Amino acid sequence: MSDPDQELRVSKIKNGTVIDHIAASQALNVLAILGIDGSGGEEVSVGMNVPSDRLGRKDVLKVEGRELSPAEVDVLSLIAPAATINIVREYEVVEKSRVERPDVVTGILSCPNANCITTAGEPVESRFEVLDDAVRCAYCDAILREDLAEHIATD
Amino acid sequence: MRHDHLISARQLSRGDVETVLDRAAEFDAGERAARDGDLLGLCFFEPSTRTKMSFDTAMKRLGGDTVDMGTVESSSVKKGESLADTVRVVAGYADALVLRHPSEGAAKLASEFVDVPVINAGDGAGQHPTQTLLDLYTVRENAGLDDITVGIMGDLKYGRTVHSLAEALTEFDAHQHFISPESLRLPRSVRYDLHESGAEVREHTDLETVLPDLDVLYVTRIQRERFPDENEYRQVAGEYRIDAETLEAASDDLTVMHPLPRVDEIAPDVDETKYATYFDQAHNGVPVRMALLDLMLPDGNGGGDLA
Repeated sequence: MSDPDQELRVSKIKNGTVIDHIAASQALNVLAILGIDGSGGEEVSVGMNVPSDRLGRKDVLKVEGRELSPAEVDVLSLIAPAATINIVREYEVVEKSRVERPDVVTGILSCPNANCITTAGEPVESRFEVLDDAVRCAYCDAILREDLAEHIATD
Repeated sequence: MRHDHLISARQLSRGDVETVLDRAAEFDAGERAARDGDLLGLCFFEPSTRTKMSFDTAMKRLGGDTVDMGTVESSSVKKGESLADTVRVVAGYADALVLRHPSEGAAKLASEFVDVPVINAGDGAGQHPTQTLLDLYTVRENAGLDDITVGIMGDLKYGRTVHSLAEALTEFDAHQHFISPESLRLPRSVRYDLHESGAEVREHTDLETVLPDLDVLYVTRIQRERFPDENEYRQVAGEYRIDAETLEAASDDLTVMHPLPRVDEIAPDVDETKYATYFDQAHNGVPVRMALLDLMLPDGNGGGDLA
């Protein structure tokens, strides 16, 4: 069931990505994963806590001129496991996929353990094993359960 | 099972542990190896004289030799070289590397950059698997590893030695008791892992009730810096000190262990009792590390069993 009000609130995009069925209130964290804070000039529409048949409430993101890398999709899957990703070209959805929970996420997240070797300027990407309700650093075993978005590497 | 590197005691199955301990027992009984020409690289990024001496001794007793990168102050690390670069250079000089480093995960990282075996000799608050192996060896030599009751006492919150030993003992038929002040209990994550491994975690705040049941008492140091003030430290630490009198209630066969160095948690009068095993335990580091090196270095007598 589509809500006509919602259609009005979030306008169509020409080329880019629509991330739908994001867990309610996680849209800003998803933007953080994508490294989007508005300063790059991207056109972004954000719908938060909008009604959804499947999730009750959900967030929706539409980003003009941007497609997602596999590493970004991996981390996205951790905070928005039900998300669907629609690639839009010339106003048409050309590709639609659901995120899959990976076994390992590489890059993107940084280790919460300040004494972990991966935070010391070594030539390695961070690597986390994905557990049921958390991720675990492949180097120091530190567990990251909540606040994933706060540990998104900013570089 | 084959291992290219020894990073954590957790990677070792019961069979792996027994392979190492059996080989260690052979060396302990006087077996010689002919590893002349083999070189072990000692990479100690923080001081640990005892562990370094023990590896140095083990390699030389195998007939091989060691090269030492020296102290951090005198090396390229001081100039800002990454660990990944340092180990890649040193790996070109040696047939295996022993690494001690102040950061957790350092051994794992090093192992990804080199083609020679890396043995973790302690990474920050992380893993120190050769300590666990020598502890297990000592337990086996004195009490066996079947149907034993082990008490682990002291600082159970911060001691990585304790976490690693407790986890390793779950592979064997060992009943474990944990004795500590409330504030230094096993961390929740460790209790969880022990439960997951099928162990029953029995926690106590005093030794008295369980002492008569123990085959092994593993004592660790309670550090001053874990307490907000001196008085509290003195009061709490005092309750977890043992002396010859404390041990009167113990079984005749009790084995008292300690990873050393001790301060005053085991009174000197215990040294003279038949229970005291901590100096043997420290000496056991040599045959256990000999066994490990012999199993992990390429093309040796034992080569291929573990390496």
